[in-house]
Amino acid sequence: MFGPDIIAHKASDLTSQHSGEPLGERIVVSGCVLDENSRPLANTLIEIWQANAAGRYLHEWDQHEAPLDPNFTGCGQAVTDAEGRYRFITIRPGEYPWGNHYNAWRPAHIHFSLFGPAFATRLVTQMYFPGDQLLPFDPIFNSTADEKARNRLISVFDWESTIPETALGYRFDIILRGREATPMEE
Amino acid sequence: MSLQATSSQTVGPYFRIGLRWLNQDNLVGEGVSGERVTIQGRVFDGDGAPVRDAILEIWQANAHGKYNHPEDTQDKLLEPGFKGYGRIPANDEGMFRFATIKPGPVPGPQGKDQAPHLVVSVFMRGVLRRMVTRIYFPDDLHNASDFILNLVEPSRRSTLIAKKTASGPGALEWNVVLQGPDETVFFDMGL
Repeated sequence: MFGPDIIAHKASDLTSQHSGEPLGERIVVSGCVLDENSRPLANTLIEIWQANAAGRYLHEWDQHEAPLDPNFTGCGQAVTDAEGRYRFITIRPGEYPWGNHYNAWRPAHIHFSLFGPAFATRLVTQMYFPGDQLLPFDPIFNSTADEKARNRLISVFDWESTIPETALGYRFDIILRGREATPMEE
Repeated sequence: MSLQATSSQTVGPYFRIGLRWLNQDNLVGEGVSGERVTIQGRVFDGDGAPVRDAILEIWQANAHGKYNHPEDTQDKLLEPGFKGYGRIPANDEGMFRFATIKPGPVPGPQGKDQAPHLVVSVFMRGVLRRMVTRIYFPDDLHNASDFILNLVEPSRRSTLIAKKTASGPGALEWNVVLQGPDETVFFDMGL
């Protein structure tokens, strides 16, 4: 439905969208988008949004007492290549309190929105980071009841995509269902 | 070996910042054929209060009943000015409005055409996944035989059919009600 022409230059590098460098730890987030039969899904539009390194979103409703970063918007887009691969450069998002219950903190996470090859494959989810001590306490992470499915929302540290002297790599593969569903049948 | 699909998680409260770059409330480009319609409405919660931060996504065929999608192999005309996709944010009063064309009939189960309709995904905070529903058109003769509409109990079908308004030809109203006696019919997509 969408090709690579839809997204702007630098849309997948969230660290280069302003005149200066954003604060925080630069990371590479990359992976493959596959269907349930392990086939790569090309031309999949991926949209991400996230908090800055201090745990604050550039959204007028976010009143968390942490600074905004004038060099970080926290939004990006990418389209998968012929092998289903995507790659973002961004900043590791901060954890933040969210007032849902006493001492409630969201673990570091990046929101993902994907358009697959059919209407049924439209997916919105969240990516987490390995070893985050907040994960067991987070009702949103734990809203995915199945333990194996839940743990696959946690990215893995990836030596291969790590850029020496520059950025640690995290790998997050995404499986979209319903490859067989036609747009007519939803 | 079959892989397990990645789970859906809530969009959270701040999804507007990530999605607004693709907002589009006019689906009709240049040279597009078909009957012009403007659909407006509001999103209400179970208490009748407006939901002020929902986003609607529209997916529909063109006036010939053809989807702008590589997997639609029907021998029907594609129009370059019509992608059939729209993304419409609701405002602070829960109100949304978009312009499109009435689609043609598309194939459905049992070899029968479906009545003209739009497929709608509703995204909002506080829910685990998108909610999927449909907008059908008032007074369309195909509605009575539509496979999907007939899956819905008769008393609730009206939640899926837009209403004409006094604002003029092609002006339609359709609301999203999340809970309660007038709850909109949402479809279980196995998501």
